[in-house]
Amino acid sequence: MNEDAGPIFRQVAAEIENAIVDGSLAEESQAPSSNELAAFHRINPATAAKGLNQLVADGVLTKRRGVGMFVATGAREQLLKRRRTEFADQYVRPLMTEAHKLGISPAELTTMIRHWEDPR
Amino acid sequence: MTPAPLPAAATVSGVTMRFRNHVALDDVSTVVAQDAITGLLGRNGAGKTTLMQLLTGHRVPTSGRVEVFGRPPYEDDDVLRDICFVKEGQRYPEQFRVKDALSAAALVFPSWDAELAASLMEDFDLPPKRPVKKLSRGMNSAVGIIIGLAARAPLTLFDEPYLGLDAVARQLFYDRLLADYAEHPRTIVLSTHLIEEIAALLEHVLLIDRGRVVLDADAESLRGSALTVAGPRDRVAAFAAGHELLHTETLGASSRAVVRLRPDADDDAAAAGLSVEQTNLQQLVVAMSLRSTEASTIPSRLEELSR
Repeated sequence: MNEDAGPIFRQVAAEIENAIVDGSLAEESQAPSSNELAAFHRINPATAAKGLNQLVADGVLTKRRGVGMFVATGAREQLLKRRRTEFADQYVRPLMTEAHKLGISPAELTTMIRHWEDPR
Repeated sequence: MTPAPLPAAATVSGVTMRFRNHVALDDVSTVVAQDAITGLLGRNGAGKTTLMQLLTGHRVPTSGRVEVFGRPPYEDDDVLRDICFVKEGQRYPEQFRVKDALSAAALVFPSWDAELAASLMEDFDLPPKRPVKKLSRGMNSAVGIIIGLAARAPLTLFDEPYLGLDAVARQLFYDRLLADYAEHPRTIVLSTHLIEEIAALLEHVLLIDRGRVVLDADAESLRGSALTVAGPRDRVAAFAAGHELLHTETLGASSRAVVRLRPDADDDAAAAGLSVEQTNLQQLVVAMSLRSTEASTIPSRLEELSR
């Protein structure tokens, strides 16, 4: 985990979310335990547990008493939906800020994005 | 989402510790959360060791009250059995071999885990029959670390336990501490200057400077609490004015400031046209200690500072 990137529990939660979004952590499968996360990331177990609890509160994980945490059904779709909503703020805004600083007009930017698709 | 506050393993209430003309601790009050890892941070001479000596019954405060597991620790064997204090540069009796030091510790601590001690001896490559007086500084530190971990004491204090240990051995210490703590949660107080190395292990941070508590907070809440902002001087000044300014530097028309965010103020520095970085725990601790040290001379207004 990155000490320079704000609260660690959020990074833990974001990493698990990433794994769910990219499919490496499938729905219904068991999430790593707080102790496993703590040992792997070399972080305090309470911090790891806080990250997991955040995901439980968000409905991304479900707790099965005595067994552990599991990825909720529909978690991937839920996360994709949220990330699409956040996309403008997280990606478009810095793009617009930098474009403005460099004197690139929104029209030029639109052209750039359109051309960006072509090479792929 | 707010977890219930942990019960206290130790409470320190209005404690002052005076040595002749020197005040080592000045009206310190804090709570050591049970089953948490607390980082006791501060500059040399800040009072960290004195606070640990008070928590372990090695000293009696000049005034104020210290309680460990609900009782004053001085000369109370029941409480002292529950405390393991690994002192900086701890020395063991001259005639002891490494294994004698560990056997002695096994007698003192009721929850001693001999298996853990043996596996730690292998980890740290300690020769059991080597006389302690022939140990290198790092090996001597390793003996303290092994005792501190294998004791499994409900309150374990490490006072800069890494003297002479190389980076690999320190990593080993952190990893074994974390693994054993996860399996056997207990109250741990870790005093260290190597903040970056241990920051992620901490649940709580207690920063003292010149005998006073400067910061006493949950480590995670501190991680998002300060920003380093940089940009045109006037914009930095305008942004910092809404927050608590800890430190600032100026280069020509640009400046950079470390600020602690006030919850009610606008914290969107990016929207204010500034470059923003989160301030990590070490940077925050350094900035707060510097400010505390310079408190009497530092001008409070950014304008004066940036001249």
